[in-house]
Amino acid sequence: MRLTINGKSQEVDVDPTTPLLWVIREQVGLTGTKYGCGVAQCGACTVHVDGLAVRSCSVPVSAVAHAKITTIEGLATGKTLHKVQKAWLDHDVPQCGYCQSGMIMAVAALLKQKPKPSDADIDAAITNICRCGTFQQVREAIHMATKTA
Amino acid sequence: MTAMPKFTISRRKFLVSSAAVGGGLALGLRLPFGPGVVRAADGSPEITVWVVIRPDNTTVIRVVRAEMGQGTITGLAQLVAEELEADWSKVVIEYPTPGESVARKRAWGEFSTGGSRGIRQSNEYVRKGGAAARMMLVKAAADEWKVPVSECTASNSVITHKPSGKKTTYGKVAEAAARLEQPKDVPLKDPKTWKIAGKPLKRLDTAQKVNGTMTYGIDLKLPGMLNAAVKDCPVFGGKVKSFDANQVSGMTGVTKVVQVGDTGVAVIADTWWHAKTALDTLTITWDEGPNAKVSSADIAQTLKEGLDAEQTFVGNKAGGDVKEALAGAAKKIEAVYSYPYQNHACMEPMNATVRWTPERCEMWGPTQNGEGAFAQVLAASGLAADKVDVHNVMLGGGFGRRGTYPDDYVTQAVLIAKQMPGTPIKLLWSREEDMAHGKYHPVMQCKLVGGLDASGNLTALHMRLSGQSILASVRPEVIQAQKGRDPLTFQGVFESGEHSFAYTVPNLLIDHAMRNPHVPPGFWRGVNINQNAVFIESFMDELAEAGGQDPLEFRRKLMANHPRALGVLNAAAEKIGWSKPAPAGIHRGLAQMHCFDSYVAAACEISVKDGNKVKVHRIVAATDPGYAVNPAQIERQIAGSFVYGLSALFFQECTVKDGRIEQSNFHNYNSMRIAQMPKVESIIMPTGGTIWGGIGEPTICVAGPAVLNAYAKATGKRIRSVPLKNHGIQLV
Repeated sequence: MRLTINGKSQEVDVDPTTPLLWVIREQVGLTGTKYGCGVAQCGACTVHVDGLAVRSCSVPVSAVAHAKITTIEGLATGKTLHKVQKAWLDHDVPQCGYCQSGMIMAVAALLKQKPKPSDADIDAAITNICRCGTFQQVREAIHMATKTA
Repeated sequence: MTAMPKFTISRRKFLVSSAAVGGGLALGLRLPFGPGVVRAADGSPEITVWVVIRPDNTTVIRVVRAEMGQGTITGLAQLVAEELEADWSKVVIEYPTPGESVARKRAWGEFSTGGSRGIRQSNEYVRKGGAAARMMLVKAAADEWKVPVSECTASNSVITHKPSGKKTTYGKVAEAAARLEQPKDVPLKDPKTWKIAGKPLKRLDTAQKVNGTMTYGIDLKLPGMLNAAVKDCPVFGGKVKSFDANQVSGMTGVTKVVQVGDTGVAVIADTWWHAKTALDTLTITWDEGPNAKVSSADIAQTLKEGLDAEQTFVGNKAGGDVKEALAGAAKKIEAVYSYPYQNHACMEPMNATVRWTPERCEMWGPTQNGEGAFAQVLAASGLAADKVDVHNVMLGGGFGRRGTYPDDYVTQAVLIAKQMPGTPIKLLWSREEDMAHGKYHPVMQCKLVGGLDASGNLTALHMRLSGQSILASVRPEVIQAQKGRDPLTFQGVFESGEHSFAYTVPNLLIDHAMRNPHVPPGFWRGVNINQNAVFIESFMDELAEAGGQDPLEFRRKLMANHPRALGVLNAAAEKIGWSKPAPAGIHRGLAQMHCFDSYVAAACEISVKDGNKVKVHRIVAATDPGYAVNPAQIERQIAGSFVYGLSALFFQECTVKDGRIEQSNFHNYNSMRIAQMPKVESIIMPTGGTIWGGIGEPTICVAGPAVLNAYAKATGKRIRSVPLKNHGIQLV
């Protein structure tokens, strides 16, 4: 099966029912996308599939064979960080950081749909779990990111 | 403008170097024979055990306390860099290993990172390590220039000879400095003069956390590594009876099926997904042992009996006979509270990667206690201390779960790796395994009886705890030394010390009937302050109400002898506007506690819709930790602690049925989302002195009772058991 991840097309030899998360982590070798629950509850595994935020632990790889997949490693453009990553750095958002790949991917997808989200938009779209409790900084950083070009 | 951060954590070589994995020279340090310079792995000289200076003027600061998000590595580096007069933009961090520490007579001291001790209990010796290094570097420059040390100053990793204006860098004199004898008298700066410590500097580890390159235990890759998934007997105290490896041995990727000790079975495969898939298919027959029928109701009944038991351990006693004083009180108030089992639910499930050979055993993975993990690898590997080591990595959450517990994931990983000598094995628990085999927040019930005089003032208080001791399970030697008592049970209500009761009650008795069910308990962020704060701070409001007094005024009268506790309580109350009426529909509550040597208080504003939909709008949190090493990180720890604490208050309970935990994942063990996050306003008010208080845990305990007190005010209903979901209450 061929997959297009971060702009690169590559062949993977896996059972088609394997969750996309584990193909990304174990076959492709990109470990920035995290396993947290395996049942689409926590969002640590969030990637973009054709620009939309998807919880990769609960998507069989066969369902995305023809899609454009972006992981946290592919969010920046070359050495230029995505504005969400920049805001996260500027505002020192992560604590342990384990959920932040998924959090950043979810927020980046939101900003693509709604460049200036309200607090209510954020509440509705960002349902990722963060056990360290970075939510206050996450919200502030989202608003910071919307102010940058 | 966004600058790329200048700081990186120097990744140890294990990711790329198979020599480091297999060789007997896994120590990153090169120790000299006899007197001489100790060198880091790259050859740079060590000035003191805490400081290595590279020729390019990079300062490598050693940290042995674990980083799990709480900001400890940044704070400790600030303290060392402050005394060192280092250029903060050239600071990187390195973790020495427990094996290196053992080889050097425990040169770095305590590794364990729990009890909010990371900074407060090592601040002095790490600062001295930085100051001594500065003195040696300055002396090396002065010697080279043949001038008195007193004419030289250091700043930003540059040494200046004032009279001549000559300058040199730390990098240039490091070799000479490393050959000097360490000074014995090392004075420290007055914290009032700090320029790096005490400032809200950014964390050192953020860059890799926003681009996916930070390596957590789950991400480790070693050459030739295989993956393991494990299932331990779901009933605590049970064992493996039988399984048939042939059932899954032909499945894709499967290499081996192994028994893990008496209690578990693991599948080893090329990928973890293959290992887990095969394990899920495997039929395992368990001998469920003596606890196979135990339920939450049985446990609750056992604890309930302790509420009136005769035999107890005393944690705090003052004044006369409490029973007599209560009998003579004008008004007597009584209430029973309870607190459930809770899982830590770290975002990164438990894992450890181990390579075992008859000659050497090493573990790579997340631990809050490198030395504790070292001891477990030592015991499980059957090898000598100079043949084992532990390499810590960034933790995807800790909260006490990644401390050292008997028969836990580190031991499992060694027992599995031993069955495939020479092959590195990464053991990863599924979320379901993580939920089923936690080290749970202990269960506790509490009966409180208070006596008021005719004016509504508290004259007598009996607080009876009944429930589980963590130390009885985890550190039985402490219990033995205490003649059966678990002093930790009394956190926040103890007679003295870092967890002392911040009220003076004329007749007081706080005691504990220890009841230890079969479910293994653990240190859960805040530990016993979580339930003790809910019990005592809710009951203080109940007493105030019964006495017809304002909860703040009622507390103030009991706190005259506890000025720092009163200070934070007053600060939180003032900022929330306690003396003025709350806006329409808004209800307020407050709470305070002294724990981990910090004084903390919270005041909150909530609204309640339809009697059960609670919105927490705002929490003002005041903390007096003595010293504030990084105020920005303290703010984040406070806000984060409320997410952890309020998730527990509203949603979290691990129930027991047929001897096992019923909850399996986040769908039935919920955690707060951003929509439910209140606005948190922190007041950081360090008052200095001789005591350094903790940061990671203390504030967690005051959010719960503050919200419960506000809820009682809003609805007239006093909730006395956690979690609130059991009362039909939602957090919106």
